[in-house]
Formats: sequence, C-alpha cells, structure tokens
Amino acid sequence: MKPIAPPAPTSPAAPTTTGGAEPLLRVEHLSTRFRTRGGEVAAVDDLSFELATGEVLGLVGESGCGKSMTGYSLIDLVDPPGYIAAGSVRLRGHELRGLPAKDWQALRGDRIAMIFQDPMLTLNPVLRIDTQMVETVLAHRRVGRAEALARALDTLERVGIPAAAERLRSYPHQLSGGMRQRVAIAIALLNQPDLIIADEPTTALDVTIQAQILYEMQTLCREAGTGLIWITHDLSVVAGLADRLCVMYAGRIVEQGSTAQVLERPAHPYTRGLLDATPAAALARGHRRGEALRQIPGSAPPLAALPAGCAFRPRCARADEHCMQTPPRVEAAPGQTVLCWHPLPPGAALPGPAAHAEARP
Amino acid sequence: MTLFLLRRLLQAAQVLFVMSLLVFVGVYAIGNPLDMLVDPQATAADTARVAAALGLDQPLWVQYWRFLANALQGDLGISFLHGTPALHLIVQRLPATLELAVSALLIAVLLGIPLGLWAGLRPDSFGGRTVMAGSILGFSLPTFWVGLMLIMLFSVHLGWLPSGGRGPTREFLGLEWSLLAPGGWRHLLLPAVNLALFKLALVIRLTQSGTREALLQDYMRFARAKGLPARRIVGVHVLKNIMIPVVTVVGLEFGTLIAFSVVTESIFAWPGIGKLLLDSITQLDRPVVVAYLLLIVFIYTLISLAVDLIYAALDPRVRLAGGQAA
Ligand SMILES: Nc1ncnc2c1ncn2[C@@H]1O[C@H](COP(=O)(O)OP(=O)(O)OP(=O)(O)O)[C@@H](O)[C@H]1O
Ligand code: SF4
Ligand SMILES: [Mg+2]
Repeated sequence: MKPIAPPAPTSPAAPTTTGGAEPLLRVEHLSTRFRTRGGEVAAVDDLSFELATGEVLGLVGESGCGKSMTGYSLIDLVDPPGYIAAGSVRLRGHELRGLPAKDWQALRGDRIAMIFQDPMLTLNPVLRIDTQMVETVLAHRRVGRAEALARALDTLERVGIPAAAERLRSYPHQLSGGMRQRVAIAIALLNQPDLIIADEPTTALDVTIQAQILYEMQTLCREAGTGLIWITHDLSVVAGLADRLCVMYAGRIVEQGSTAQVLERPAHPYTRGLLDATPAAALARGHRRGEALRQIPGSAPPLAALPAGCAFRPRCARADEHCMQTPPRVEAAPGQTVLCWHPLPPGAALPGPAAHAEARP
Repeated sequence: MTLFLLRRLLQAAQVLFVMSLLVFVGVYAIGNPLDMLVDPQATAADTARVAAALGLDQPLWVQYWRFLANALQGDLGISFLHGTPALHLIVQRLPATLELAVSALLIAVLLGIPLGLWAGLRPDSFGGRTVMAGSILGFSLPTFWVGLMLIMLFSVHLGWLPSGGRGPTREFLGLEWSLLAPGGWRHLLLPAVNLALFKLALVIRLTQSGTREALLQDYMRFARAKGLPARRIVGVHVLKNIMIPVVTVVGLEFGTLIAFSVVTESIFAWPGIGKLLLDSITQLDRPVVVAYLLLIVFIYTLISLAVDLIYAALDPRVRLAGGQAA
C-alpha cells in the first residue's frame, strides 16, 4: 500500500512571477465562450496570468465579470453551452488544455481543488461528512478506508474544527455555515493540492468568521506551498491576503500587479473606481455620516452587448475617441500591467495610502 | 419514536372506523343482499329465515353495532355467499395478489430507475427522449387495453405465454407461490407487466426529473471538483438524493398496486383479492366487501408507516417527531 503522497516536489521558484523558472500556474490567452441564442459571448476573454508556489492571487471584479467562469475554466468544469475556446493553462509546465477527461478527473481534487461560494450548498445533504471526505481521498490514493479516515480527521483538525471526530459523523445540516465552509476547505486540502481555487468561499459568512477563515487558509497554503486563487467581488477582502491582484471587467483582466501596486497606485480607471467605492476610501476622504459612498456610475454591460473598444468606456471619466479601439496592455510599473489607453499617472495617489490596511486580519 | 408510532396507530384506527361505517352504509345503499341470496320464488317465510340467520332482519345500526363488536375481536363476519369467514376468504387469495403486486413493483423499480437515470443524464440524446416519450405512453394507455393487447400479442399471435390463470404454484410458508413453481413465472409475467406499466412510467419520470434537478446542484459541481469518478457521482451522489422521492412515491403507490390490481386480475383471470372483490360486489356479499376494504386501508397504513421510516432513514434532515411535525 502506497503511503499518502507527500506534496509533489515544489519548484524552487521564488514567489514572484518574474524570473526564468517555470511558475506553478501559467495561464495564457484563456478564453471561455458561451453559445447563446443571441450569438456567442466571451465570459472569459484573453486571460493571462501567472501564479508561483505558495502565492495568493486575488481575482477581483463585479458580479458577472467572469470570475467563477475563470475558476471553472482552470479545472475544466465549464458546462455547455459554455466551452473553452482558446488559450493555454500550464501547471508546473504541463499543458492541461486538451487533456482527456480521465486525466482531468485525476487532477481535480488532487492537484487542483476548488471551493465554492455557498457552504450551504456545496456539501451533499444526504451524505455524512466522513463519507464525503473519505471518497475524496480514495478517488486519488490507493489507501485503506481507515487511513483515509485518519487523514480526514487530521485535516478537519487543521482547519480548526473543534471535536473533529464527532463532526466526521455529522450530516451537513447539523453544522453551521462557517463549519460547513471549513469542511469544504478541509476537503480541498485533503490531498495537498498544488493549487486551490477559492470562489468567494466566505461571502456567505459573517465578517468575523470570514476574516478567520481567510487568515487560516492563507497560513495553510503558505505552509504547504499551495498556490491559492482567491475570487471575490470585495477588494477589501483580499487586500491583506493576496500577493498579487487581477482586476476583471467584462471577462478581461484590466489591471494586474502586486497587491500594493494595485491598491496604492491603481492605474486603471475601473480599479480606481472600485477603490473609491470602499468605505475605507470614504473615511479617508473625510466622509460624513449619511453621505452615500462614491460608486462607479452605471452598471456592468451585459456580455452580449459590450461597447466597442474598451468595455468600460460608458462608465469611464477618462474615455475619449481612442477608447473606441481595443485598448492596449501597457506596463504601468514593473510587474503591473493595465489594459487602457489612458492609465492613471502614478502620482494620482489615493486619499491615504494605508486606506485599506484595516482589512488585514 | 414510540410517540410517533402510537400517533400513527391511533390515526389508523380512526380511518378504519370511518371506512367501515362508510362501506357498511354504502353497500346497504346498493341493494338488498337478500335479493341475491334467496330464490325469487321462495316464500316470505323462507326469506325471513335467511334474513334472520344472516342478521339482515335487524335495523342497519344494530347490524353495524354487531359487526363492530365482532370486528374488535377479529371477526369480520361470514361471507353470505360462501358461508366461510370473509377474512379467511381474503387471506386465501391475498398471496396471489401480493405476488402480482410485488412483481409489478420490482419491474417498475428495477427498470424504471436505470431508465430514468439514463434519461436524466442525457436528456437530449435520442435514447433519453425515447424513454421519456415511452413513459408518456405508459401513463396514458388504459391498463385494460394494454392487458388485452399483451394477450393478443404474446398469447394469441406468438403463443409464447399463457393468456390467463395462475398456473402451477408451490407451497412455501403455508401459502402458494407462482414464482417458486417451475414455469410459474410464465403465468405471472404478462399480468405483472400489465400492472407495472403505469408505475414504471411514474418511476421513470420521478427518477429523470430528480436526476436533472440533482445535477444542477452546487454539490454536484463540488463532487466533480473533487475528482470523483462518474460512477460514484451518479451511483452515490445522484442516486442517494433521488431515492428519497422515489421511495416515498413508490412506497405509497404499492397500496394502489394492490387496490388497482382489480382490472389486471379480471383481464388475466388471476385469482387474487381484486377478482374476489368484483365477484363479491356483484353478489352484494357485504362482509367480504367490508373486510376487503378494511384490509386495504390496513395495508395502506402499514405501507405509509414503512415509507415514513425508510424516508427518515434515507434523508438525514428528517427526524420522526411525536409532535405536530411529520
Ligand atoms: N449558461 C450561460 N449562458 C450564457 N452566459 C452565461 C452562462 N453562464 C454564465 N454566463 C455568463 O458568464 C458571465 C460570467 O459569469 P460568472 O459566474 O463567472 O460571474 P462572476 O464574476 O463569478 O459573478 P458573481 O460574482 O455573481 O459570482 C456572466 O456575465 C454570465 O452572463
Ligand atoms: S481605455 Fe479609455 S475608456 Fe477604457 S478605461 Fe481606459 S480611459 Fe477609460
Ligand atoms: Mg461567481
């Protein structure tokens, strides 16, 4: 009997995306499209980013911008009428696109795990926690049930579940939302994956538990060298967590850089708008009680009716006739790229550089 | 749990009481059994003698009162026609009906769940559509017509299977069983299929819609994200969820299988309780009719109790409550 595999040898790459070594994950020109009655739409459009071992990448954007679809595309869980139209996803240098279904099945839950938004819905209501954990181990490891169970118990304890042995014999409905999400996280961690995609796993939980889970996930991933993609619509959630940020708008990454760069010197008008809309920014502006937060005007356009050129154009104060053309991807600073004709100058600092510091756990 | 059982028993007793009253009055309203039992040429004195012997000379409420008193001691009366205890007549015929009903149920479940799963997993495939179209036929074709067609095809034209009767049986546990006798299944097959058809369609539709619904749930995506093999996703995650509605409905439908075996039994001359009921109604054999209906209510109660227990075992979110919640 083979012992439960230790984490695959971690690549020596430093947690930056620069340098010659192959990163943990390299995504290039990934596009996921939907065939709809009104024609095809691109839910994920020409996405490129990298993730190093043990690094946390925040994927941020408004509802409907394609965050979840990006996650599904990375583990090949896009359901028809959606399909991955183009691009390359490489894990430790191995191309994943075009892998046969059997290989994908072996990868999912083993090398790449994903957690979903609603903890009330991600666990099967009629199966006990131990069943749902043990099956995840047995799907990927040739071990006995007892060994799988021991591993389940150990992982539950690691994610901070009290009386884990008892919890193992519970059904999902006997646990609180926070506990269920911890169980889901434990399931994701079970086989010590290289990469975890967390799709807003704390959005449905209250703020204290959210901060706790965030912090624990970060620690666990750092320790195990697991890459983490944290999807959220809330910038302040990832501010203290992520090493790098990708800001998405209408299926595209409009700005990408280190967390400090993006939060303190945003170059894209959309990122700037998102930051201005946070309560922290309002306080820094000298926000008065009762005054509304400063929102980006308008709302995200439907994918089927994206404006020509820059998709953000109708909502952008800097838009001009250039913006009728597809904007170029330019480097705002080393390691910070932005998809815009008129990026904000670095000097246009936010009101108060430490505006988002209090979001750190 | 004990409270739950007690409450159920009490409910059953109430239903049995009301049923017996209704049936008693109902049969009384249909006609006078004496017209059937006594030769029309018989003298008034003869008629009166028979009436007195059967207790039919008493006013209805007295008759009912006597019936009730006897019933409480397990005596449901003596058949006017056969002169033997009504309950005994029914129990004699019950195995034939039970065997038919259980066979029909097995056909419906063992064929219906795989077909429904398949149709639910591939709703747009040719096979999936064919199964669903077939299930609509199963719903809409009348049982007696299908029964006649089955006989026409398999007995008359092809000559493969007998057209009726129970055929050979073998005794086991004091009762006669077709399936245990060599060749007994040949007599059982057509009526069982005939009786199963409607339930088969029901199981297919339940399983198919349950499967489609389950596939949309987040926990299915999570199961896929865990890298589970398809056979585990379908065989455990989907199946365990759809078993809840399927078991509930199929269990409750078992009662109707027994009750509605009447049609099938009369087409295939199957000597079960359904046929006995028909004969008894035409002969106004009130004790047998009353006993039959009470037995059916009793079986229904037992079944729904069993279904509740199974349901609670299948769905961890359900706890049997002694109070108001079910
Ligand atoms: N079946 C479908 N047909 C057509 N378009 C679809 C379909 N499913 C999703 N989309 C499109 O894909 C886009 C991206 O959806 P996605 O779920 O990835 O958004 P999201 O950023 O995760 O939003 P949220 O924060 O609400 O979860 C949406 O704008 C939606 O219109
Ligand atoms: S390209 Fe133009 S419209 Fe788009 S964000 Fe930049 S300035 Fe605004
Ligand atoms: Mg989403």
